[in-house]
Amino acid sequence: MSRFLSRFEKLDRRWIFLLIALAVTLPLFVDLGMSPSSTPPVRDFYNQIERLPERSLVLCSFDYDPGGKAELSPMAYAVLRHLMSKNCRVVVITLWSTGPGLVEEVVNDVCRDEFHRQYGLDYCYLGFKEGREAVMVGMGRSIRETFPRDHYQTPIGQLPIMSDVQNYSSFPLLVNISSGYPGTKEYVQYVESRFAIPLISGASAVSVPEYAAYYTSGQLRGLLTGITGAAEYETLINRKGLAMIAMGGQTMGHLIIIFFILAGNLVYFVNRRGKAR
Amino acid sequence: MKRELPMIITFVFGVFMIIQYFIPHPIVNNLAGILQSWAIIVIAFSYVLGSANILRINGEILYRRGQDWPYKLVLVLGFMLMLVTGLIGGIEQGSFANDRLFMSIYIPMSATMYATLAFFIASAAFRAFRIRTWQAALLAITAVVVMLGRVPVSQFLWKQFPDFVDWIMNVPNAVAQRGILIGAALGAIATGLKVVLGLERSYLGRD
Repeated sequence: MSRFLSRFEKLDRRWIFLLIALAVTLPLFVDLGMSPSSTPPVRDFYNQIERLPERSLVLCSFDYDPGGKAELSPMAYAVLRHLMSKNCRVVVITLWSTGPGLVEEVVNDVCRDEFHRQYGLDYCYLGFKEGREAVMVGMGRSIRETFPRDHYQTPIGQLPIMSDVQNYSSFPLLVNISSGYPGTKEYVQYVESRFAIPLISGASAVSVPEYAAYYTSGQLRGLLTGITGAAEYETLINRKGLAMIAMGGQTMGHLIIIFFILAGNLVYFVNRRGKAR
Repeated sequence: MKRELPMIITFVFGVFMIIQYFIPHPIVNNLAGILQSWAIIVIAFSYVLGSANILRINGEILYRRGQDWPYKLVLVLGFMLMLVTGLIGGIEQGSFANDRLFMSIYIPMSATMYATLAFFIASAAFRAFRIRTWQAALLAITAVVVMLGRVPVSQFLWKQFPDFVDWIMNVPNAVAQRGILIGAALGAIATGLKVVLGLERSYLGRD
């Protein structure tokens, strides 16, 4: 037994890598039927959109890069699907330099291809603007001055959807999908209270412990946590998407890591007791 | 004047940007708006400066065949390829820079780098996450509970498990985060005031 434990303690890490690889890939091919129940932050996020009247104009800031795509793209898809199904109009921007291509793909997939909405009338994509917090504050003064042209270099004045848009006061809701800086934290600090716009956020799981303080204070009206939050949200909008598919892999991955934490400590304690004797 | 002038500019604009927040007058707001536009332009120019710096530093290493020069060559070629194709063909969907370079090469590579974290976390959890003290025990128990509560399988153990994890995030975690946030904010205010008042001058460089 002690020989086995001693060998187990020195387990080649490639076995761990293999187990993790199998744990996250196999559930992509076999449906484990993982359907999470919704938690209050996710229900609040859902309700903020659900309460919007038809044809409301919503500002979406999708701030993530390829590293955050697996976690945050499903959220972006789900949010746009929810807004489109509510017949809302959306203005989408990104503040991450590596985000424009990713966000454009989501916007076109949902608004143009899935819901057949008209660009410039029902939705528009203003693209990327460098300046981080300066852009956030600048939009509070004038969105037209901050984004004089859209992603396709069309002057904002030629887009009917932007005809009445001045600043944040033109939107009843700001949706931020955030992978870090600049993102949710900066929107709370520079925009939410200063320009009095309700803010909801979807963030990568690693950022959420920090944002939880903003949710409990009411500065965030709703909060999605990583891929699990996206899956809960997909359950609420009744549209199975990428997040629900990923839940099997996420579950198995977490269980494997928990197993290794427990096994590592069990072996450590048994070996330590053996050495003490 | 090489040091004094930047300090005077920092002081004047810094004090103005603090004061304007408390004066809701159109003239003050417009002036603040202009300064914010300048900030956006200056930040955008920093990209040009950064790009030129990348080319200069790596170009020098390539010229004298310095350490790791093949990697520098890949970096410079990749940089130039993205820059030229983006400037000529645009970066919209359907363009070569977006479809072939960004979506087909950059995104999979970047996502792969991020995904490898899962493997290293699992390995580290096995080798390094040892419960040697009661604080470590608390950390390990919380980690296991939160990880378990974040996946649907936890509901089979206890129906309220996700809500319990939510409570951990929104009460004990939020309390600690608030302390950190308030501390960091006070530090940022102190540092900002030191910069505006000229007590902190490291941003001026050594010359």
